[in-house]
Amino acid sequence: MNSNSKGMTLIVKTVTRLTVGLILIYGIYIVFQGHIGPGGGFAGGVIIALSFIHLMLAFGKEAVLKKIDQEKYFLFASLGALALLMTLSFGFMRRHQPVSSSGDFGLFSGGLIPLSDIASAVMMASGLFVIFLALTLRTKREKK
Amino acid sequence: MEIHLILLFMIFAGIVAVEVKDLISSLIALSAAGLALSLGFLVLKAPSLAITQLVVEILCVIILIRATINKDLPMVKDGRWFFNTVATVLFIGCFLVFSYFALKELPAFGQPLMRVSGEYLAGGFTQTGVANLVSAITLNFRSYDALAEAAIIFASIIGVLAITRRIGKTNEQ
Amino acid sequence: MSTYLLCFILFCVGLYCILRKRNIVKIIIGLGIIEYSVNMFLVLIGYRMQGRAPILAKDQAINNMVDPLTQAMVLTTIVIGLALMVLVVSIAIRIYEKYGTFDITKIRRLRG
Repeated sequence: MNSNSKGMTLIVKTVTRLTVGLILIYGIYIVFQGHIGPGGGFAGGVIIALSFIHLMLAFGKEAVLKKIDQEKYFLFASLGALALLMTLSFGFMRRHQPVSSSGDFGLFSGGLIPLSDIASAVMMASGLFVIFLALTLRTKREKK
Repeated sequence: MEIHLILLFMIFAGIVAVEVKDLISSLIALSAAGLALSLGFLVLKAPSLAITQLVVEILCVIILIRATINKDLPMVKDGRWFFNTVATVLFIGCFLVFSYFALKELPAFGQPLMRVSGEYLAGGFTQTGVANLVSAITLNFRSYDALAEAAIIFASIIGVLAITRRIGKTNEQ
Repeated sequence: MSTYLLCFILFCVGLYCILRKRNIVKIIIGLGIIEYSVNMFLVLIGYRMQGRAPILAKDQAINNMVDPLTQAMVLTTIVIGLALMVLVVSIAIRIYEKYGTFDITKIRRLRG
């Protein structure tokens, strides 16, 4: 794992190319069905962050940081936290009155709670990825 | 009785994680204890907690190994100091005494006090329209919990960024 | 009642690890063990004999659910434990860069 050849070997790269999409889809599924089954925003956000970490460990940091750098990930975390604050405080005002109180066990039931799930998932995913970037990039700089 | 087996396995894995000299083996034993905890949540009928614990455990092990694997670690040596032994015995004895008093007040295993949560179970679905009652409690009935949790996560992100950024600046100069 | 005792024993293992070991990584491992025992204890308090998971289904009336309040609290506790672990790991790396060791007694000696 020297610094010139970016990432790991060919086998790891091929397997990563096949599996990282499935992991991302599983995380999104856990987020979106968090109000009708086991799961929720925090677990789904950690799974999405794990798929990013998987990609970065296999392909090197350029695969993840080419389009979006670390400041933008931190911006996403801040936006997720603000969205969570807004949905939860809107829920304080309309307490016990969900917006669409159909209660039919469908994907669009539950009013504001799926929106809070999505906001917390965005915050957790980008925030944990920022933490991982901060720890690992610092370690590489020390090795130089 | 599965829960006794899982708890015994967790105690065994914990003792191995404490006593093994090699740090990587110790981290692997810790992750074994965490996966057994996830299995225990599944046995105790808490599937949301099982998913969250499994995922968080994997992330913790990745961060710990990533943080410690680059250093050439010396072997762990046990300290034999008199004060340390006395403090350890004192703390564990204090904990056991207080846990003995607490054990008499606890409800018996299998019959929980449902004073607050009986209300949530009765009217949770009609008031929120959410089938997963754990999500309903976390995000609607006790929303301050979720808000404070988000605040703590954000404070932790800012703390990590502050600590690492200062090192970067001093290294570049 | 014996499950509570096993949880207390697990807590004592973590406490011994924190107080007795000198390596910072071992101390972090002890913190993790204590967190596991506390989570398991809270979920054990809320368990009901022959209970069902607190998730409703469509054409099904469930009347013996386990306590969902302790499960919501443990869901908060797990995520806070992750935040604590990350912060402690970053402080440990900072200490290693400054002093070149993970041993806490040598850190104290260098400080004077």
